Amino acid sequence: MDLHLIWFILVGVLLAGYAILDGFDLGVGALHLFAKGDQERRLMINSIGPVWDGNEVWLVTGGGALFAAFPDVYATLASGFYLAVFLLIFALIFRAVAIEFRSKQASAVWRQSWDVAFSVASILSAFLFGVVIGNLIWGIPLGADKEFQGTFFGLLHPYALLTGVMVLSVCMMHGAIYVVMKTQGELHDKARGWVKNCIIFFMIMYVLLTMVTMLYVPKMVEHLKAYPILFLIPVVKLLVIANIPREIYHKRDFLAFLSSSVAIVLFMFLFGAGIFPNMVLSNPLPENSLTIYNASSSIKTLQTMFTIALIGMPVVLAYTISIYWIFRGKVKLDNHSY
Amino acid sequence: MDILLLSRIQFALTVMFHYIYPPLSIGLGMVLVIMESMSIFTKNPLYHQMTKFWVKIFGLIFAIGVATGIVMEFEFGTNWATYSRYVGDIFGSALAAEGVFAFFLESGFLAILLFGWDKVSPRMHWISTMLVCLGAHFSAVWIVVAGSWMQTPAGYHIVTQGSHVRAEITDFWAMVFNPSSMERLAHVLSGAWETAAFMVLSISAFYLLKKKHIAFAKASMKVALAMAVIACLGQMITGRISAEGVAKRQPAKLAAMEGHYAAQAPADFYILGIVDDNKSEVNGLKIKGMLSYLTTGDFNKPVQGLESFKKEDRPPVAIVFQSYHGMIIIGIVCMFLVFTAVILLWQKRLFESTWFLKLLVPAVLLPQLANQLGWITAEVGRQPWIVYGLLRTSEALSKSVQANAVLTSLIMFTLIYTLLFVLFIFLLDQKIKHGPEGFEHDIDTQMHRA
Repeated sequence: MDLHLIWFILVGVLLAGYAILDGFDLGVGALHLFAKGDQERRLMINSIGPVWDGNEVWLVTGGGALFAAFPDVYATLASGFYLAVFLLIFALIFRAVAIEFRSKQASAVWRQSWDVAFSVASILSAFLFGVVIGNLIWGIPLGADKEFQGTFFGLLHPYALLTGVMVLSVCMMHGAIYVVMKTQGELHDKARGWVKNCIIFFMIMYVLLTMVTMLYVPKMVEHLKAYPILFLIPVVKLLVIANIPREIYHKRDFLAFLSSSVAIVLFMFLFGAGIFPNMVLSNPLPENSLTIYNASSSIKTLQTMFTIALIGMPVVLAYTISIYWIFRGKVKLDNHSY
Repeated sequence: MDILLLSRIQFALTVMFHYIYPPLSIGLGMVLVIMESMSIFTKNPLYHQMTKFWVKIFGLIFAIGVATGIVMEFEFGTNWATYSRYVGDIFGSALAAEGVFAFFLESGFLAILLFGWDKVSPRMHWISTMLVCLGAHFSAVWIVVAGSWMQTPAGYHIVTQGSHVRAEITDFWAMVFNPSSMERLAHVLSGAWETAAFMVLSISAFYLLKKKHIAFAKASMKVALAMAVIACLGQMITGRISAEGVAKRQPAKLAAMEGHYAAQAPADFYILGIVDDNKSEVNGLKIKGMLSYLTTGDFNKPVQGLESFKKEDRPPVAIVFQSYHGMIIIGIVCMFLVFTAVILLWQKRLFESTWFLKLLVPAVLLPQLANQLGWITAEVGRQPWIVYGLLRTSEALSKSVQANAVLTSLIMFTLIYTLLFVLFIFLLDQKIKHGPEGFEHDIDTQMHRA
């Protein structure tokens, strides 16, 4: 087996895990200010209370895996996107402490400030992830020494901004469905309305982004042309997306959530298949691109890390599933809640 | 401003701020395991109350630890891209292993620890507490392994491809068990236990002085004291072993720690001193030939001094010397406090000795300070190398990052971390003043009857 390919897939799996899991809690954050009153907002935060921190570990581990398996990709992206990375990190810090600090004081000003911090930081995080993805599709200027040669503002071109908003729309839809699934009563009914609006927002972005990508970045579908069997993926994806409003209409909230999770995985798959075998495309000089071969660690490390993944990941999945199982059902506020 | 200096300041700031929290979560994890075990086996509600209170403190500390830890995961790439390319094969592996084996365990079961009281059985909760504690210890294992590899690289070879040079793993286990990793791990873990134990001692002493939550404070103090005794002894032993390791493997660092300049001469051990780098000497209180004795077993044998290294290969002496000695002095003061407490407890006077309790309250800062000083000794002592003997710090920077960008992020970090620290202290203070929940009075009276 080609270990480079395996690790490309494994990093993808970790980041897809992150996208599904933190995707909904970023979405809950983005919708947070639409919930009114302290009670509703507490329900919003406590719906992700026990899990947000574990969700973020997928990013940390994905980052670690990228560092270990593709050090050049890790180094080029982190240093090239320097200010964007720190902006993202500051947003994640504010999210984390907002969740933790908000409940610790009863004062309305205190709580409202953290509500705003939580929501703005969530929106900014989702948007910045999208900007990074947009730049990876579009390509960034790289030198022969694998170093980024552009500027921070050069990263904010229209295509990247569009993917930023697209990712935000996915998170909001995913988060709204999660809120519907985890709440009851008034907030639940309200969140149903959010889901409808979010699906519309998402559909607009989805169609727009697909058209723009076909027109301006046609190479993203080259592999699909080469392997027509892969056309099944966008077809399945369309069906899955169409299934979301159907499940919501029939009040099968969990199945709606499952559908949007599958849609996210398929998006990640198409993204991976589109950029393969590049990990960081160089634009304008494609010969300087970082591929899964020229940017990887030694075979020895890829092997060792693969063993670690084989031992570790089943255990990790087991924890994740048990934790979600233990905290299943509608969220209730008690004296351990935030 | 110089980008190298800015990047080093930023790394130092972010890692030092982060390192306020992990020792507390590692050590408090242990405190919680002890308390909840006592609660499970004795069925005494006091221990349940104690566990619940310290879990709340733990939750606050853990959240800030996570938030500031994400920074560290990406900062190698943002500011030290050349380093990351050079060591990704090795250092990246340790970080990824930390994620897979430690962080998932820790953060997953943390959910049960914090929110699962009514969702799972007491026994399952107790198991979760142990797993969180185990996860916290595992994360120390992997990060210390990674850090130790930078001090004493092993299990690698250097591969050159065109203009690219990097270190690649040849033997994973030799990398994990590199010469300094286990002794440094033991030193870090006992430091973490000591830090948390002193925090529990400090808060309990505060309650005793305020005459509040008496039964709670007494019992917490006993648990913490037991841990502190083990941790203090552990610190002395592991510190001694670590210093011997440094003497063997990083002689320039040892020479800087003790301000020993002469290339080949018997070396003294300073208790306190002032370094005069221009004159290449230290003025202070010293034990003659003691360093020679400690490293070679003979007071008159020569020890390799700084002057046997080229100027550009020497670490800065004054800062390493002072941090190292500061750490030792604090360690001794902590030891003195802990053994005084044990004697007072023996004589059944500890909880009434107001003067001593007043010392314990601010003593929470001592192990924190010692941790930071120890870190400075280890990392500044490794300079000018980022990976000892292989890669210089000055050659490890990101090539695509400008000084302005680093200055911007540094200013942002300073502002955000100042805000975080102020809020943390404020909320911690509130939690302490609020005190443990419920049935205080009942337990006190029960204890009196018993």
